[in-house]
Amino acid sequence: MTLTTEASRGVPLVEMRDIRVAFGGVHAVDGVTVDLYPGEVLGLVGGNGAGKTTLIKTLSGAHKADSGEIYINGERAVIETPRDAKKYNIETIYQTLALAENIDAPANMFLGREVLTRWNTLDDRAMEQAARHVMGRLNPMFQNLRTAVRSLSGGQRQSVAIARAVHFNARILIMDEPTAALGPAETAQVHNLINQLKAEGIGIFLISHDIHGVFDLADRISVMLQGKLVGTVNRREVTKDEVLGMIIIGKLPGTATKTELAELH
Amino acid sequence: MTDGSLISPETSRTAAVRRGFRAALHATEIDTRLMGMLGALAIIWIGFHFWTGGTFLTPRNLWNLSVQTATVAIMATGMVLIIVSRNIDLSVGSVLGAVGMAMAMLQREILPEWIGYDHWAMWIIALAAGLLLGALIGGLHGFIIAYVGVPSFIVTLGGLLVWRGVAWWQASGQTIAPMDKTFQLLGGGSRGNIGGFWSWIVGAVACGLILLLLVNGRRQRGKFGLRLRPVWADIVLGALYCGVVLGAIGYLNRYFLPERVAAARGGGNIPFGLANPVLILIGVTLVMTFIATRLRFGRYVFAIGGNPEAAELGGIKTRWVVMKAFILMGVLVAIAAAVQTARLNAAVSGLGQSAELYVIAAAVIGGTSLAGGVGTITGAVLGALVMQSLQSGMVLVGVEAPIQDVAAGIVLVFAVALDSILKRRPK
Repeated sequence: MTLTTEASRGVPLVEMRDIRVAFGGVHAVDGVTVDLYPGEVLGLVGGNGAGKTTLIKTLSGAHKADSGEIYINGERAVIETPRDAKKYNIETIYQTLALAENIDAPANMFLGREVLTRWNTLDDRAMEQAARHVMGRLNPMFQNLRTAVRSLSGGQRQSVAIARAVHFNARILIMDEPTAALGPAETAQVHNLINQLKAEGIGIFLISHDIHGVFDLADRISVMLQGKLVGTVNRREVTKDEVLGMIIIGKLPGTATKTELAELH
Repeated sequence: MTDGSLISPETSRTAAVRRGFRAALHATEIDTRLMGMLGALAIIWIGFHFWTGGTFLTPRNLWNLSVQTATVAIMATGMVLIIVSRNIDLSVGSVLGAVGMAMAMLQREILPEWIGYDHWAMWIIALAAGLLLGALIGGLHGFIIAYVGVPSFIVTLGGLLVWRGVAWWQASGQTIAPMDKTFQLLGGGSRGNIGGFWSWIVGAVACGLILLLLVNGRRQRGKFGLRLRPVWADIVLGALYCGVVLGAIGYLNRYFLPERVAAARGGGNIPFGLANPVLILIGVTLVMTFIATRLRFGRYVFAIGGNPEAAELGGIKTRWVVMKAFILMGVLVAIAAAVQTARLNAAVSGLGQSAELYVIAAAVIGGTSLAGGVGTITGAVLGALVMQSLQSGMVLVGVEAPIQDVAAGIVLVFAVALDSILKRRPK
């Protein structure tokens, strides 16, 4: 399915072309091509083991792709480590949150990118202040920043992981199941944040099992099944059932038969 | 609730007092763990003092205790970072033997041919060579662990065997003695100390630094608009710390040189003052605390211990950090080797045998978690002091060596068990 709007939007922020990753003999990601435009939320959905997280790890530098190319603003980008990804202002909120539980929120926010004094020592106070500033916007109720992450609630941990991405001015944001561990109020908060960041022109990859959440937030939806891309659709042009059909039986809208769709329910 | 009326006024008042005390303790932000260790240490000291009929808490014994603690404590500061990064180093005793023997050979067999015995630079060259050797051995361990991917338990278990053999092989099992006169000063003794006057100076400088840190901390936190400790808490802390430092110096300064030695220096009561190994330990503790808490390297070691994957995803070069931790460990072992050989005034092939156990025990008693991610430098130094106090006390009481090991082993397990029980209890 081709999208007529693409041409008018110019150069995509991110283009991942023909990405392949294999673990042993298993093709976790098998020739997937996706793109993302500024100010857009691309929902990346699929069942367990569809390869969503593996695909996105090649963009965040957590995993090297076996083949395929990544273009940022139309230019070829080489991303082999998380450091490389950060150079391109790609920030990732991992499903596991990737927090060191024994250190506090500011230390986690700045992990690997610490603020230093002019004597090259850690400037913990500056980092705490910056963390308070970001947190005031994300989660004003969260005040005890200097306690170890171990003793924080799920929502607070999530806001630490998000604060990390927001503070460093992400242009490309990857969110892997950002609301999986959250209650309804906190989920709503994250949804507001996504809309806010989108309005600022940030491109967001949103990986989720939660098809309802994706339908609320995404502009386009890419569906993966068994390592392959089933297709990318405009959210306004499809129904949830059609997307479910793509996720479960791998058929594009209009190609699945009535009986196949009926079996989904 | 009917239960409310059953509580007598006394109990609720004591509860309130206890709550008040807790709040006050909380306001000072003192590490309660550290307080517990100091309490345990006080119990051990006072217990042995009575048991030995009043010889344990004499200036003489405490002075000796301070010197004996130095080698294990110096190594324990490095072991903290190793264990925090989810590794272990079983080889430190053997590396101490190998490096100590190398430094001894250098000053007895090799260097004298070039610069003669008792040359002023002898200790510098020998020490520098030892530090380099320690760094190389640590670097080799670290490289195999971090880049080849062999577990540190295996690599350093191999190291335990290899370096003990190397310690023997360098002098074919012979004892190398005595050490060079300049080198001996590293080990303390009647000449290897700074005397009463300079000990007071050290104490005064320490107090100055403590006050400076407290004032600076307040100013910085104020500047960034962060929460401040109450002023009274800072004043109490400052007075307490300075009191402890100056009190300790004053007490140790009452240990005087033997009459015969003193007579040669004009007679009278001449205090030993702080021994060089203790000064080295103080320096090492300060530098290691700085590294662990103020430098990126230290932060990364803790982050790796807390969550290696998060550290990697944060863009930290985790392998290089682990290798650096082992290099640092090697350097600290070399410092301990210098102190130990200088103190014994000899290098034997069994030098540092089973030191690894005491070093690991000191770190663990000091609150370092073998699961990684948790530990403090000062805790490990205190842990070493606890271990050494036990050993020294038992020697004074006349407990036989094998029974000393029994006691030390029980205390180690008991301390860790107590810690995990307390941790499991809801706050």
